[in-house]
Amino acid sequence: MATTALTCHTVVERVTDYLEGALPSGERAGFNVHLAACPDCRIYVEQMRQTVHALAGPTDSAIPLKTRDDLLQRFRT
Amino acid sequence: MQHDRRPSASTDDRVLAMALRSGNEAAFVSLLDRYHAALVRVAMMYVPNRAEAEEIAQETWIGVFRGIDRFEGRSSLSTWIYRILINQAKQRRRRADQSIPFSALWDAAGTAPEAAVDIDRFFPSDHERAGRWMSPPRSWEGNPEERMLAGETRTHIMEAVDGLPPDQREVVLLRDVEGWTAAEVCTILELSAINQRVLLHRGRSRVRRTLEIYLEGA
Repeated sequence: MATTALTCHTVVERVTDYLEGALPSGERAGFNVHLAACPDCRIYVEQMRQTVHALAGPTDSAIPLKTRDDLLQRFRT
Repeated sequence: MQHDRRPSASTDDRVLAMALRSGNEAAFVSLLDRYHAALVRVAMMYVPNRAEAEEIAQETWIGVFRGIDRFEGRSSLSTWIYRILINQAKQRRRRADQSIPFSALWDAAGTAPEAAVDIDRFFPSDHERAGRWMSPPRSWEGNPEERMLAGETRTHIMEAVDGLPPDQREVVLLRDVEGWTAAEVCTILELSAINQRVLLHRGRSRVRRTLEIYLEGA
């Protein structure tokens, strides 16, 4: 498909497909052309990346010892 | 297509499943250590408090070792465990008399189309710059990395996630907070690849907007 000129408004609605690698190659090329010419959209895409990065936060990974013992007890019986 | 590929059981998963069937405690403990905390976090999406989420996680483990004979290896072991968890969590939520406030608030509105960015921030369709930024985003580069990841910012982010419609919250939490792949989320939540991306997009866009307001003091 031919690459048609994207507007900034389209970029903000397609940014997740872009970041997920789900845009068809023609659209991806058009997206990249737009980004090369549009500093505002570059900032926007970067903010979406920063948002994703900030969401991946520290998470606790320990199971309480009592829970572990209780479950092990039930597993045994 | 790559995005539709479902994760199936690895050799490790099959070995673990066999060990569970034969009552191997070390195998069970290794699963508890690896998944319990994450199970509780995921259960928190469906019930209003941590105590209930803990109960659901524990019921899930009982379901896992009682039902391990039914694990056929068509999905990964973790996917199978999470499906048990989510089924239990949803059943419990259905049974609960009182609905969770945010779910009541959002269930109807959550599926309506919504803009990633307020339409007023673009030039209108009768303008020569139609569809281009009128009120563009300002770079967050002035904010050091430490501020982005600082406790206060994190609190705002997680509040934004909590405020999402439930279907968006599920996807954002599993993809971006828990770090699952798109294929895992599609399998466990029984979503198409496209729907998964739509929910992810709406959820992330809202969280970005919250961050923008917070970081710019706008």
